[in-house]
Amino acid sequence: MSPTARIERDNAWPEISFEERIGTAEFRIHEKAHITVNGDSCRGCTTRECVVACPANLFVPTSDGGILFNYENCFECGTCYLVCNKEGAISWTYPEGGYGIVFHRT
Amino acid sequence: MTAPAHDFDADIIVVGAGPAGSCAAIAAARAGKSVVLVERGPFPGSKNMYGGVVYPRILDELIPSWWETMPVQRWVVKRSTMLLSDTGALNVDFRANAWGAPPYNGATAYRPDFDNWLANHAVEAGARLVCSTTVTGLLRDSTGRIQGVSTDRPDGDLRAPIVIACDGVNSFLAKESGLYPHTDASNFTLGVKETLALPKHVIDERFGVRDNQGVDIEILGGTSGVNGGGFIYTNLDTVALGVVLKLPKLAAQQKRPEQIIAELKRHPAVAPLIEGAEVKEYSAHVIPEAGLEMMPTMVADGMLVAGDAAALCLAAGIWLEGVNFAMASGMYAGQAAAEAITKNDVSSRGLSGYTDRLEKTFVLRDHKKLRKVPHLVLSDRVQHKYPAFVAGVVERVFRVDNPHPKPGVRRIVREERKKAGIGLLDLLRDGWTGMRGFG
Ligand SMILES: Cc1cc2nc3c(=O)[nH]c(=O)nc-3n(C[C@H](O)[C@H](O)[C@H](O)COP(=O)(O)OP(=O)(O)OC[C@H]3O[C@@H](n4cnc5c(N)ncnc54)[C@H](O)[C@@H]3O)c2cc1C
Ligand code: SF4
Ligand code: SF4
Repeated sequence: MSPTARIERDNAWPEISFEERIGTAEFRIHEKAHITVNGDSCRGCTTRECVVACPANLFVPTSDGGILFNYENCFECGTCYLVCNKEGAISWTYPEGGYGIVFHRT
Repeated sequence: MTAPAHDFDADIIVVGAGPAGSCAAIAAARAGKSVVLVERGPFPGSKNMYGGVVYPRILDELIPSWWETMPVQRWVVKRSTMLLSDTGALNVDFRANAWGAPPYNGATAYRPDFDNWLANHAVEAGARLVCSTTVTGLLRDSTGRIQGVSTDRPDGDLRAPIVIACDGVNSFLAKESGLYPHTDASNFTLGVKETLALPKHVIDERFGVRDNQGVDIEILGGTSGVNGGGFIYTNLDTVALGVVLKLPKLAAQQKRPEQIIAELKRHPAVAPLIEGAEVKEYSAHVIPEAGLEMMPTMVADGMLVAGDAAALCLAAGIWLEGVNFAMASGMYAGQAAAEAITKNDVSSRGLSGYTDRLEKTFVLRDHKKLRKVPHLVLSDRVQHKYPAFVAGVVERVFRVDNPHPKPGVRRIVREERKKAGIGLLDLLRDGWTGMRGFG
């Protein structure tokens, strides 16, 4: 797509950072992580499907070749365990009842 | 209501208070059975997002005059399909103001409102709704027969001879019961959307509607080369704009979902509709896209699977319907479960009234009729070549290039087809598949 094809007016809409974007959703955070990621599996992973696909951007590559994962702002969508090709890298459950994402105008 | 047999807490446990679960609970409770409806969110609908249009006619049976109380944003009177090339857009619009009056056709609604409303009907019908409770597994007796579910509440086991799994696209119950062995990413798409705030009169003007009239726009192309599609739906004072993205394709490239949305928003055919709008809520959810190809076995001894948990969502390009399929399959599951309790036969044979109903109604008939469409719509040619081809043809048909005379349409089609790199045979084959699939 050529960039000139895009509408780039200054006042088109307020640009928002990813933090602001995630800040529009309500998360009732439980102290216990509902998803955990096994760092050893990730270290050997070259494809890194989770990094680009997780809509909440929760999989962050570290400089030593690992993955830093934080469960707190998770939509509970399931994308990560579906795209990850490594058996056992992600252990995925729903948060405790009443916790996690709460949608309002969706 | 009859008391459940011996040490059971209920006749039927329904897991998940989405559209499937609430309709299952309404149907079973109306048939006089005792029902517990378990939901992990703090209230029904709190975990649920979708594009934004429900087609509630199936509710005629369960909630007559549903339109009088249903929490509606707008009644859809205009449906558009937008085909986007890099710079152009082909719009096909259909308007029917009659859809804005009873018995209506589709309505935009927020799921936290809609699902909550539907679950309240289950409670009124006599079901017990238990929120903030996550079901963690199936209970079985020593012979392996299903006896209910375990939950994350202290002493949270809930016992019943029948469990109806309406726990949505990730259904861990269907997986645990062995009914649903696959988690092949290519059967799923990720949906992400922005709820964008705009004053009501601005939405009315930009979309050409009045009062509580609404618009439904499905988009093909415009997803930055990732197979999928987009949508724009009008609510009263917000616009829902989002994309659905085929998981393996999304994972195999570099653009993140919110960047793909940002590009769609800047497309010259989209930007003027939403200019100045502020993001009120960002959300994401997965869709089972592969239709018939991915459907699990839906009946086992003591268990039924309905809605997205059974992959009953219809995602076929110009159609994105899941809520109506969930409501219908849930209702049929509830009816069949009630019959099985009455007959005192909860085996898969006793529960087969469920699949009989699915086969006889639109639920499986639509899926069978459109079985080839999801694949076709998400195929590389349809996704990456046809939008530019069609937009190119239309652009040249409408371009007045004086002093040159108008070229013949046949020549334009041939030239644009070649430019887009589409073989004639492929075009004919896809056209044939499409005609048979949609026909
Ligand atoms: C981006 C997107 C756009 C869509 N657009 C449309 C559209 O415009 N129109 C349309 O008709 N459909 C649309 N759909 C599809 C539609 O949303 C689904 O098909 C529909 O929600 C399925 O209903 P359901 O009741 O089967 O599942 P869900 O709505 O997913 O409900 C499942 C419920 O079960 C609960 N649950 C799950 N696990 C547990 C557990 N272990 N314990 C307790 N509770 C549990 C969940 O919290 C949830 O409330 C769209 C979907 C997406 C993602
Ligand atoms: S979670 Fe899976 S896809 Fe992501 S880095 Fe680890 S192994 Fe790779
Ligand atoms: S479930 Fe969805 S939002 Fe949560 S970590 Fe996985 S991909 Fe990200």
